[in-house]
Amino acid sequence: MRRKTKAKLKKGLSVVYCSLIYLFLFLPIFVIAANSFNATTTKPYLTWKGFSLMWYGKLFDNTTLLQSFGNTMAIAFASTAISVIIGTLAAVGMYKYKFKGKSVIDALLYIPVVIPEIVLGISLLTLFSNVNIPRGMITLILAHATFSIPFVVFNIRARLSGYDNSIEEASMDLGASRISTFFNITLPVLAPGIFGGGVLAFTLSIDDVIISYFTNGQTKTFPLKVMESIKSGVSPDINALSVLILLGTMAVVFITQSGILNKKDRRN
Amino acid sequence: MMDKNVIVSIKNVNKIYGGENHVVKDLNLDVYEGEFLTLLGSSGCGKTTTLRMIAGFEEITSGSITVEGEDIANKEPFERNVNTVFQSYALFPHMTIYDNVAYGLKMKKTSKEEIAKRVPEMLDLVQLGGFEKRYPSQLSGGQKQRVAIARALINRPRVLLLDEPLGALDLKLRKQMQLELKRLQRRLNITFIYVTHDQEEALSMSDRIAIMNNGVLEQVDVPEKIYEEPQTQFVATFIGETNIFEGCIESINGNNVGITLESGSVTAQTDRQFECGELVILSIRPERIRYSESPVEGFNLRGKIKEQVYVGSVLKTIIVLPNGHEVRLERLAGQKIPVSGDVYVYWAPSDIKVIHSDSNNIFKALDNIVLG
Ligand SMILES: Nc1ncnc2c1ncn2[C@@H]1O[C@H](COP(=O)(O)OP(=O)(O)O)[C@@H](O)[C@H]1O
Ligand SMILES: [Mg+2]
Repeated sequence: MRRKTKAKLKKGLSVVYCSLIYLFLFLPIFVIAANSFNATTTKPYLTWKGFSLMWYGKLFDNTTLLQSFGNTMAIAFASTAISVIIGTLAAVGMYKYKFKGKSVIDALLYIPVVIPEIVLGISLLTLFSNVNIPRGMITLILAHATFSIPFVVFNIRARLSGYDNSIEEASMDLGASRISTFFNITLPVLAPGIFGGGVLAFTLSIDDVIISYFTNGQTKTFPLKVMESIKSGVSPDINALSVLILLGTMAVVFITQSGILNKKDRRN
Repeated sequence: MMDKNVIVSIKNVNKIYGGENHVVKDLNLDVYEGEFLTLLGSSGCGKTTTLRMIAGFEEITSGSITVEGEDIANKEPFERNVNTVFQSYALFPHMTIYDNVAYGLKMKKTSKEEIAKRVPEMLDLVQLGGFEKRYPSQLSGGQKQRVAIARALINRPRVLLLDEPLGALDLKLRKQMQLELKRLQRRLNITFIYVTHDQEEALSMSDRIAIMNNGVLEQVDVPEKIYEEPQTQFVATFIGETNIFEGCIESINGNNVGITLESGSVTAQTDRQFECGELVILSIRPERIRYSESPVEGFNLRGKIKEQVYVGSVLKTIIVLPNGHEVRLERLAGQKIPVSGDVYVYWAPSDIKVIHSDSNNIFKALDNIVLG
């Protein structure tokens, strides 16, 4: 009898514990979502004045905010493309070939990951001004690619650890040239790793503040814009955009997850 | 054998990895059109390396390989008219069985209709009809192996290279696949170069067996010859169960030689040349050894019966010689002979193989060192 109540208590406690964790994780998101529907028009936009979609309407009049969001998306796509291409070639090359100094290059890959972002930001700024690249979209894209590449490499390398080199030999044995083997075999087999690395690079780019702050020049990204406006209290149109981004992200995650899961069970 | 065409010719081929690891040593081997040739040897002896040189995945350090009379040294793997079945199957995990098998044809730009006709045919041939839409991970080991074979065979190669294709399968499946492979090879009349370390597999499937030891080709022959007439000490001990005696040539009388062993003396018949005093290895199969309760002329080898057991239909006997050496005998089950005292071991002189001992070389080398 006592044991039963004890077990019940245990179970009850763990339910409470889990609920608290999830509350802790999701409460801020809920607050933002709720506030984006807040009908208040007076700063600091925090008291609840009833439900309204007016901030979503206002959002589409706020051209600077929308433009900063456009910049963010453009930078994310471009830097993801660059880091995926460079990262894939680097990962495959480092997996396949033995060369002098490989371990050094290997170790150096971790530096952009562990180095404080502020140091990387300053370094990039110094570099860009020394070689005279005007700060703006270009430097933002280059900077984002810089910190994304190692993540792409790591992701693909994880995939390569279970990779059977002989499938490439089999492909050539069956008459495929090296290039055609790369596109028919290597790339598709590594695709989940490449895709995962790409998604990571994309998300890293979208919410980067510190490194962007050093390398943006006059160009505003969405996170920078939010940072800027925070001084005057977060206006609910930013909340509205955040909610839309959140929904977009969730949709992407949902689609890719179900896609990957479908594929998973037919791979070795 | 003489009237057959040579399809793969390996001449003085050496492979040295990294400048010092000499893995294949002066290999000479002619493979005939349509034959099933097995490269047999223990693991690490250079079989895979040899196969990979033929396929084009490994450069030849020196020597030459020709396929259908053409030197292949400068041909890329995808330009060679040989196909490989890999030990790890190496199926493309992201493609269906259909696409796996069709791959070679697609690379050769075969028409869609032709592919659609030949792939199911090929799958039927390896008894995998209806598996077209599956992915490799949805197949068992034996099925994967069949896909690998179908994928290679659909290109109608002149030569098929198989690297321990059945190595990963369990015994029962392996036996079954051995038969199927042999049947396929006969039916399609394709030259097979088959690598295995399993001597039983080699003996049961091959037209000829090439035995490798440490990168050296020891003997190439039909299975019966390999079994009955091993040319070297390695072949004698590697193939089948055998009794090995070390001895010294005592007398030579035409083809008959008298040999002194540690535990006695025996007689053998041989058509090879020996010198008196030469160290030799004697090899005799368990089923060829006899014993009697009274001495036999020409033999003086006494021992005691240690054990007699029936294994299936075979009676196995172990006789211990005075020096502790055990002699194994086998015969189709007759009566157990209750022998308590000493028995005399003998054999028909023509049943035992006399082989030059590798130790002679060591002694010669020692002589050279000692005597200058
Ligand atoms: N790529 C390589 N680099 C260096 N040594 C190798 C390489 N491949 C094989 N070897 C060595 O060559 C020897 C023969 O290998 P292998 O041909 O695979 O033997 P087998 O197939 O008979 O088991 C082994 O000692 C192996 O370590
Ligand atoms: Mg091998």
